[in-house]
Amino acid sequence: MFDLAHAAVEGALAAGAAYADARGITSRTQSITVQNAAIESSGLLESCGVGVRALIGSSWGFYAVGEPSAQEARKAGHEAAEIARASAMVAGRAQVLADVPVHQDEYQTPLEEDPFSVSLSEKVDLLVGVTQTMMDTPGVALARGNLQFWDAEKWFVSSQGHRIFQHMVESGGGISAMAVGEAETQIRSYPQSFGHYETGGYEVIRRGDYPGHAGRIAEEAVSLLTADEMEEGETTLILGSDQVALQIHESVGHAVELDRILGWEAAFAGTSHLELANLNQHRYGSALMNITADATLRGALGTFGYDDEGTPAQGVDIVKEGTWVGVLSGRDSASIAGLPPGGMVRGDGYNRLPMVRMTNVGLLPGDSSLEEMIEGTESGYLMETNRSWSIDDRRLNFQFGCEIGWEVKNGRLGKMVKNPTYTGITPQFWGSMDMIGNQSEWVLWGLPNCGKGQPMQVAHTAHPAVPARFREVRVGVRG
Amino acid sequence: MSGPSDIAERVLAHVDSGAEAEVTITQGHEALTRFANSYIHQNVAEDGALVNLKVVMDGRVASSTTDRMGADSLERLAAQTMEAARLQPVDPDWPGLTPPQEVPSLEHWDQGTAEASPADRARVVKQFVDAGKGLEAAGYCQTTATNVVFANSAGHLTEDRFTNATLDGIHRDGAAAGSGHAASVRLADLDGESVGGLAFRRAKASLGAVDVKAGDYEVVLAQECLATIVMFMAFYGFNAKSHHEGQSFVKLGEEQFDPGFRLIDDATAKQGLHVGFDSEGSRKGPLVLIDGGVSRALAHDRRTARKAGTETSGHALDFFGGYFGPIPTDLVVTPGPLSEDELVSSVDQGLYVSTFNYCRVLDPKTLVVTGLTRNGTFLIENGRIATPVTNLRFTQSFVEALGPGQLKGVGSDERHADSEFGAGFVRCPSLHLGSWHFTGGASG
Repeated sequence: MFDLAHAAVEGALAAGAAYADARGITSRTQSITVQNAAIESSGLLESCGVGVRALIGSSWGFYAVGEPSAQEARKAGHEAAEIARASAMVAGRAQVLADVPVHQDEYQTPLEEDPFSVSLSEKVDLLVGVTQTMMDTPGVALARGNLQFWDAEKWFVSSQGHRIFQHMVESGGGISAMAVGEAETQIRSYPQSFGHYETGGYEVIRRGDYPGHAGRIAEEAVSLLTADEMEEGETTLILGSDQVALQIHESVGHAVELDRILGWEAAFAGTSHLELANLNQHRYGSALMNITADATLRGALGTFGYDDEGTPAQGVDIVKEGTWVGVLSGRDSASIAGLPPGGMVRGDGYNRLPMVRMTNVGLLPGDSSLEEMIEGTESGYLMETNRSWSIDDRRLNFQFGCEIGWEVKNGRLGKMVKNPTYTGITPQFWGSMDMIGNQSEWVLWGLPNCGKGQPMQVAHTAHPAVPARFREVRVGVRG
Repeated sequence: MSGPSDIAERVLAHVDSGAEAEVTITQGHEALTRFANSYIHQNVAEDGALVNLKVVMDGRVASSTTDRMGADSLERLAAQTMEAARLQPVDPDWPGLTPPQEVPSLEHWDQGTAEASPADRARVVKQFVDAGKGLEAAGYCQTTATNVVFANSAGHLTEDRFTNATLDGIHRDGAAAGSGHAASVRLADLDGESVGGLAFRRAKASLGAVDVKAGDYEVVLAQECLATIVMFMAFYGFNAKSHHEGQSFVKLGEEQFDPGFRLIDDATAKQGLHVGFDSEGSRKGPLVLIDGGVSRALAHDRRTARKAGTETSGHALDFFGGYFGPIPTDLVVTPGPLSEDELVSSVDQGLYVSTFNYCRVLDPKTLVVTGLTRNGTFLIENGRIATPVTNLRFTQSFVEALGPGQLKGVGSDERHADSEFGAGFVRCPSLHLGSWHFTGGASG
């Protein structure tokens, strides 16, 4: 595959590209979904191809072709350059790439048990068993479980001499129970609403212990049908670490993507409320807020050896003691901004143009605990597990719903409440954070479904998070 | 490379004769020219094919997909799918293969679009950018050409092809932005100057936007808003799988909507953008979902139809292995007699909304959705657009918004519209609704 990637790069250079790189990728994806103890879908996806990008003037040209011959790979490089050249009809300033060291290296995801070596029967039996457990709880209408596994080999070559092979393995899944009332549905999920995923093998699934949680979430889903609605108003809000992860993803992760800040995503994903002129000055949150983007965390879903531009994985400060200090970037965007490239450019398969994506963007732990947050709260709510998420195109105005909430009264957890929602404005919300969980509560939550780009790309990211407490938050919004 | 029909035959030939099998080949070329800050920055193209194979052995079902077209890969695809099927438990709901049936080729195809060059797309982009008269432009122009072949071991074979051309973009000046959108089978139909002109006018009119109080307002919703509403209704409600599971708001035979609201799904329409069969090879005829305000039908695939004791409507969708169920993707809202100006003129105090943004469902059973306005929101006073306003958050049941008595007017300005689910799924007009629940302004 290195030879094919080389051929593609050579084709692009011969056609006039100032710079070119190519990724050859072979991958397998296995997905299994079980509903109410019966298989809903079971499939395997295989993919193989080469994608080549060529830079001419202000534009990237990109061309992808499935399982090419050397001649076809070279032609793909030529096509990429021709596409880039056509962009000159609507040109901007010539794009320069930030310098990165040239690497020739290999990287392998650390794993204990190859997920593709585990039999399909074992995987199906697991999901059939846990969904049956959930169905055994009276009132559960839908019990679902899913597993997904990815195995990708990537060969990266650039016109500057990069030559990098990576073998990435990712595993994860989740279960959920839904109860259906006359005019409502209530759902509980485990480990979180989209499942939980890591870089690693089948050990991720074994460690997840779905059978140990199936009964609890089933009972909670049914109980929610008869729970009270939460009261609308402003109050103290404690979020479980899974919801903090989603809060980070939406209101910090996307906002600090440099391509959004530069306007490259303005028409679709949107821009950002952040302006580069305010870097190192803008107050993002309270002094307890420390956010990093660290692509080197063992086991996290956004971990790799090198990004899809050949830049080594690294850890970068994003928010330090409440001040915005860093961005997510690639070689092109960093060059424009005059910042060091962050190694955060990835593409969704061989046939998508790599772009700025989150790695492991997470909140560093503090010194409180969830128990202490509850004990220290006179009146408020605890919410867990995301159910709905919406935020504006500048990543300021958000409204999130969770699957479950509890009243907090006089330092103790009170009754369960259903349909909990909260809404806020990004800097004010993070500015109100006054307690965060400690190292023992730190979870590397993995999200497999971050959409961005046109054509649409789906990225795998992680959001290390702890429980956190926020003051004077508007809760209980409903239609 | 072999044609899609040849590949389908070769794949089926690798499946044991005692097994049931169906295969779909999707082969084509996609190209997308993306621009931002008024220049083309990302310009991509792809040639590719995808083979989806489903094998059923003694009632045990498994599926595999590959984009590897080599002989070895196709043989391995069949072998591993059969192996996976043998390991599965029996699927009690397997509805059997689609029997041979006649499926007319819709041929929503334009050769010029299939052969469109990067320069052709760049010309459309340039028209859009130039229409902004110096405002910052961002968006994309895409062309696709797709061949689809379906074959199964029951002897059913059907094929069709389609082209799509889409232009979508904004002009902006700081936080003020306006959008425009067009889609067709033919790239030549896309008028970059016209689409860019609408985006420009909306952006210019948005300058100096002011905050307004949250609350209930009458609204005139432009096409992109309605497209998102009906896609949510189709996905969560008129989906027989969701309905069977008790998650849907749809009550068949009941007047859940205003009598003036009519929604159909019709892949066969002259302006259609897709093929005339679904992922099970079943013919996709017109399907009336709402007529006279009454919920009339659900979209079915063979599996949901078997459970409901009815026939498939041809809406099987191989999206996440069919996990989400049958979903209409060629929706048409019947237009009315009114121009957009006439819709606005009938509002004493209300809001005009160009597009929605980031809509998410709080509960599918009520279809309460939260989202925001974007790319042009305006206060209407005394029948005229009065003032641009900053984006608002809403939390609103889409079903209640279209409920009996709520539809005050339907526009005549039907066109393909972008939606939260993407472009190419809905043709609809603007419309005037009696009430929309805004729960927050730009500052919270």
